[in-house]
Amino acid sequence: MMNQLPILVIMTAVKILLVLTVFLTCIAYTVLMERKVLGYIQLRYGPNRVGPWGLFQPLADAIKLLFKEEFTPPGANKVLFILAPIITAVPAFLPLAAIPFASQILPDTLTIYGYKVDLTVAGLNQGVIADINVGLLYVFAMGSLSVYGAVLGGWASNNKYSLLGGLRLSAQMVSYEIFLGLSVIGVLMLAGSLSLVKIVEAQKSMWFIAYQPLGFVLFMIAAFAECARTPFDLIECENELVAGYQTEYSSMKYGVFMMGEYGHILVASALATTLFLGGWQGPVLPPIAWFMIKTFALVFFFIWVRGTFPRFRFDQLMKLGWKVMLPLCLVNILFTGIIIQFLQR
Amino acid sequence: MQMIFFILAGVALVSGGLVVFQRHPLRSALWLIVNFFAVAGIYLLAHAEFIAAIQIIVYAGAIMVLFLFVIMLLNLRQPEEEQRFMHLGQKVGGITLAVFTVLLLVYGVCKVVLPPGKDAPPGLGNTESIAKLLFTDYLLPFEVTSVLLLVAIVGAVVLAKSKLK
Repeated sequence: MMNQLPILVIMTAVKILLVLTVFLTCIAYTVLMERKVLGYIQLRYGPNRVGPWGLFQPLADAIKLLFKEEFTPPGANKVLFILAPIITAVPAFLPLAAIPFASQILPDTLTIYGYKVDLTVAGLNQGVIADINVGLLYVFAMGSLSVYGAVLGGWASNNKYSLLGGLRLSAQMVSYEIFLGLSVIGVLMLAGSLSLVKIVEAQKSMWFIAYQPLGFVLFMIAAFAECARTPFDLIECENELVAGYQTEYSSMKYGVFMMGEYGHILVASALATTLFLGGWQGPVLPPIAWFMIKTFALVFFFIWVRGTFPRFRFDQLMKLGWKVMLPLCLVNILFTGIIIQFLQR
Repeated sequence: MQMIFFILAGVALVSGGLVVFQRHPLRSALWLIVNFFAVAGIYLLAHAEFIAAIQIIVYAGAIMVLFLFVIMLLNLRQPEEEQRFMHLGQKVGGITLAVFTVLLLVYGVCKVVLPPGKDAPPGLGNTESIAKLLFTDYLLPFEVTSVLLLVAIVGAVVLAKSKLK
């Protein structure tokens, strides 16, 4: 038992590395998927030259980004200018630690080189890196940090368009975070726990989307705004702000911004899957497959919306948030509470 | 565990000091965010996961974003270094007051005798137990706080709207 600690640490590290590798690959192929799907929506093919069906396109894109000129505008704040993409990308990866992707991936005990290792100690056998008892709050906490990257990047660029993009985003994120939080309260009331594993387990008989249709719609709208996706991508609307806070960024710094952006889409989809679509649960196929199918179905929805909807105006965005979303969120919480009380009697 | 606490406490103290000593308000704000994280880490060590998460969401994720927003709107350029002339009396008075305050604080901290540590009851710091306390024993203060916040919101709306007329 004494020698368990190093083995557990190494195994946890391997697990984190595996999840991160899969996640980064997913990000790369989400970009390709977006270009392909948008292509077909607009009646063209999308990238199909690099490899079969354009499957090596992400690799080509990465190499292109790496070899582009690295440019820092004069008068920019150098430290913050370099830090900003990192601050965007890292909080996009961190929520993965609490999102369960399967029920149990390893047996309770494992014999490695004659040592019997108890895998239940750090939840190593579970299909989640860390089953935190405030998992949902942790995910929201990390999500709320991603705004800093854009705001600081916009400020450090020493460019009016960048600054305006950053300011717009901070107003948008602070408003829509509230609705994102309020829209899942119904789920919390049904599951009675903040742990994402428990929330998934509570959906064994029926997905929460059946009990919380309004909550799901509100959550998705807020998630679109949090990811700054169309129709809420006001921070980078070309005809007003060039490219928003990313205007001055080039090469891999721009690439890291993109990674953060697509990471947010994937995390938002995974979180919606966990909260409303029953997480890893499903018949016949293994849990991980179900989790991936549901997540990518939602990613497809993100892309579909981008190909279909025009952009909001900024005042429309704020009006929609405070005059429509907020009352609907509160009504949803009220009715969920009333029904739960009524059924308990 | 103890080493983690000392690291976090060190980060909290150093970043707190840097908040005060920075010239540029934006840098102060950024160091304050670092400080919030260190304090959230200390909450985590005390098994107060809920408070730690709320600390990050509310302070680091919302309040400081608004601070940055305001700083960026008001103060877009690096502030010019303005040399302020201070009277000798001001300097001496300030230093005396500061030393006196520190002595008072040190005296106060030294006098406090902490009771021997007890194990936290199971579930303390959990969302459920906090909710139970908030909606039973502390219901009145909780509701009064919400009314206070409502008053603040109404006040902000009045202040913003009066300029439009």
